[in-house]
Amino acid sequence: MASSSKAARLGEEVWKSRVDKINAEVLTLTYGTIVAQLCRDLTLPATANKTDYAAVNAELDRMGYNIGLRLIEDFLAKSNTGTCSSFRETAEVISKVGFKMFLNVVPQVTNWQGVEGKPQAFGLVFEENPLAEFVEYPDDGRAQDELWYSNILCGVIRGALEMVQMQIEAHFVTDVLRGNDTTEMRVTLVRYIEDEMPPDDE
Amino acid sequence: MQVRTGVCGGARQPEASHPNRYRRRASPVRLHATGLRVSEVAAMVVFALLIINKAGGLIFNRTFAPGLQKLDSNDYLILAGTFHGIHAISRTISPAPPVQPLPGNRRPPTTGIESMESSHFRLTCFQTPTGVKFLLFTSPEQPNTDAVVRRCYEIYGEFVMKNPFYSLEMPVRVEKFDRALGAYLVRP
Repeated sequence: MASSSKAARLGEEVWKSRVDKINAEVLTLTYGTIVAQLCRDLTLPATANKTDYAAVNAELDRMGYNIGLRLIEDFLAKSNTGTCSSFRETAEVISKVGFKMFLNVVPQVTNWQGVEGKPQAFGLVFEENPLAEFVEYPDDGRAQDELWYSNILCGVIRGALEMVQMQIEAHFVTDVLRGNDTTEMRVTLVRYIEDEMPPDDE
Repeated sequence: MQVRTGVCGGARQPEASHPNRYRRRASPVRLHATGLRVSEVAAMVVFALLIINKAGGLIFNRTFAPGLQKLDSNDYLILAGTFHGIHAISRTISPAPPVQPLPGNRRPPTTGIESMESSHFRLTCFQTPTGVKFLLFTSPEQPNTDAVVRRCYEIYGEFVMKNPFYSLEMPVRVEKFDRALGAYLVRP
């Protein structure tokens, strides 16, 4: 696909020439510290050390959302991509420019759903995930079923796309940390936010 | 006064070079070749930068050249609000035939006013996809204003948006941003 290779080229170029890099382990360890601390802090009501993983997921998503609201400006300024004409193009740009630029990974865009009448959606399959490099889940029998370790990424995408007038829903469906074969995030377009004047307003 | 508006994003501009570096490169030989007088070259100036948030509020203004006429802060706010309104109108009254999007896709946005020129200044407006507007006031002789304003956006993305204590949509009071802008736009 033409737009796909164009996005790949742009991503490479931006990554090579326009972004400052840091040691990936600094990021991995910092993120790990945050998640571990959240797991310690957010406990189920009336328990001392039983982690409320749903709350951890929600908090990570919220943190990501706030990052996304800001990060989008840096992304647009550095990548200089114009407005995407379709949600499909958005998917390509997120994977090949966005993730490339900030994390130096290129998740695969898969399971495209574009049937008429149904919301448009795509999956992002992460072959490598720099956030989860050294992670093993705690052995409490619940983390494997409840915690989405990299949930911050969902929030980032949600926040960033909201700033460019797209309301989306994002969540992880599988994670190798939980014993699945792949790590996949699902992104669904809810609607384009139109903030123009109402028509026929005379 | 001329106004230029566009239907779509417009041509990609090459990477911004330092606007003042251009001036330095304009050696006498080059001057002779272009037929410019020295006074005209000296007239290539970036006057001011205004940033307007997506609600039409002025969040940043700064002048870069000495000896400009002073506007009081209220005038700046009025200027920003008025321009925001006119810009919004210019987006909706584009005479170009509308592009019909494929079902489920978004209509490509119109950019609205991109630049305005008078005998004494040129206003370059760059609206980001997130709705923030950068207004760059320059002398009409200043080349590459599109690239200059994009570079300002990059600096904004770097120093304003990444400052954790900057609250979104609020006036920009970020010293590092000021310094970086000054290093880029103020004449050495």
